[in-house]
Amino acid sequence: MDFLQTYGFLIVTMLQQGLLGLSLYFPLMAGQLSLASPGFYAMGGYIAAIILTAPQFAGWREALGNWIFPVTWLLAGLASAVLGVIVGVPALRLRGIYLALATIAFVQILQVLSLNLSITGGAIGLFGIPQAFGFVDRWQYIWIFLPAVIVVLLFAHRLQGSRVGRAFRAIREDELAADAMGIPPTRYKVLAFVIGAVLAGVVGAMSAPFLNTWNARQGTFDASIAFLAYTLIGGSRSMWGPLLGGALLASLPELLRSLADWRLVINGLVLVVASLYLPQGIVGALGKLRRKAPPQRPSPQVKPALGDTP
Amino acid sequence: MTGPNLSHVAPNAPATPMSAGQQVLQATGLTRRFGGLIAVNNVSFEVRRGEIFGLIGPNGAGKTTLFNLMTGLTPPSSGKLTFGGKDITALPPHRVAGLGIGRTFQNIRLFKILSALENVKIAQHARTGAGLIQGLTGRDRAEERLVSERAWALLDLVGLANRAGEEAGNFSYGDQRRLEIARALATQPQVLLLDEPAAGMNTSEKGELTGFIRRVRDEYELTVMVIEHHVPLVMNLCDRVAVLNFGELIAVGDPASVQRDPKVIEAYLGG
Repeated sequence: MDFLQTYGFLIVTMLQQGLLGLSLYFPLMAGQLSLASPGFYAMGGYIAAIILTAPQFAGWREALGNWIFPVTWLLAGLASAVLGVIVGVPALRLRGIYLALATIAFVQILQVLSLNLSITGGAIGLFGIPQAFGFVDRWQYIWIFLPAVIVVLLFAHRLQGSRVGRAFRAIREDELAADAMGIPPTRYKVLAFVIGAVLAGVVGAMSAPFLNTWNARQGTFDASIAFLAYTLIGGSRSMWGPLLGGALLASLPELLRSLADWRLVINGLVLVVASLYLPQGIVGALGKLRRKAPPQRPSPQVKPALGDTP
Repeated sequence: MTGPNLSHVAPNAPATPMSAGQQVLQATGLTRRFGGLIAVNNVSFEVRRGEIFGLIGPNGAGKTTLFNLMTGLTPPSSGKLTFGGKDITALPPHRVAGLGIGRTFQNIRLFKILSALENVKIAQHARTGAGLIQGLTGRDRAEERLVSERAWALLDLVGLANRAGEEAGNFSYGDQRRLEIARALATQPQVLLLDEPAAGMNTSEKGELTGFIRRVRDEYELTVMVIEHHVPLVMNLCDRVAVLNFGELIAVGDPASVQRDPKVIEAYLGG
């Protein structure tokens, strides 16, 4: 229990940041570099914080009891999906760095809105958000975030092996060729973007009670860059990359605490060294060591009478 | 020569059965300008069902641009294109592919870091329908099995089944061209557009290509349009040939008469 008392908050933070790294991974599956996640994360958190603290929602809280928490996740996910489509359809006409810039602008707009609206508590933000499920200790949030990580990994795994996952990969490799092979690029780019948006929004709603307060600092340009670093360090070609990158970079400042101010220097060094020597990220570098098993032919085999091949 | 049994990967039957010789593609006044350059200038022709239609011309004559116009990759500046009677002039590439025009690229555009098998699976997109939910819940199993069987059969057809798991980018030039044909066939086209299929192949590979294209045409009941520089191959392979020069169509006809056409001789030898 001592271990959890000391490191529980850190472990939950690592899982949480890993999930946010994964929210960039889904658009990247279709080759889209979106930095919009902090915007959806902040919005999801505000939705949860408002429902959990505003007097107007007192009736909901009384009626639903602990069910109010999953309801906030659901509503945050739905709102993120709707906003994701609204933002994604025009934004995904842009490519590469232009899309990244447009999504950063989106994050900034949401931040300015949250600073100036009264429902989001302005610059002060919202505080006194009740603990989820009556948790008395922060480490107990592991019961929310660990299952969430597992669900998202299973989701990503199934997605990768499916027709939709193949369409994502085709667009990532060569959008024009994918189009010529019958795949509508816009539809799948928007879908990938929306999956990432929903994940970020739900993680925001889960995080509001965990952090107890929610304010405009939750969705900033800095967060966009941090999430990008997770995928760069961990690797963007495998679902394990952003998860590992997020967990690792979230833990570094804590693990290096004894170095006092030097920890920020080490943190920066890790980023530079990793991007120089591990261009495909840690997981990408490890993946190179592993030999892929050749694909298995489905049985019973199709037995074509082999003619002479060209 | 017996081809592989491909009955289970037969192309979609056309909505209205078309008999051989009936026109399947028709271009009317097709034009494309790039700034001041007219890459394709008022080109009209028709392609008949079941034929192998060659498109030749000097470098920069507009052959690839014409293919791009026909597959929706480049919108025409003016003119009209119909496929099986349906106007496809303004359709995006994935719609054109869905209707049944498949293609390869002059500058090979395989998904290079993906496996050969996956390249051929991807191209079946328009012929399958599993969405996100079916994929996540495993209700796509029957379809996935079919996709896999088709993909393996197509790799058999082009002789690459034993290298199904290798990255497409690692293949030799000739193998990449063959894989691109397999990928185009995976879209289950009625019309197959081949952009310089023999480029990068050695002499014996080129010789085998003629038989291979004919065999594919017969097995799949295809109409084939082919851009090719290698003149003996064109003369052997094609039922009819069209000649482009500076974006204009200067001759259409059977290979022998096109070869004797003074305008064609002038275009190739320079006047």
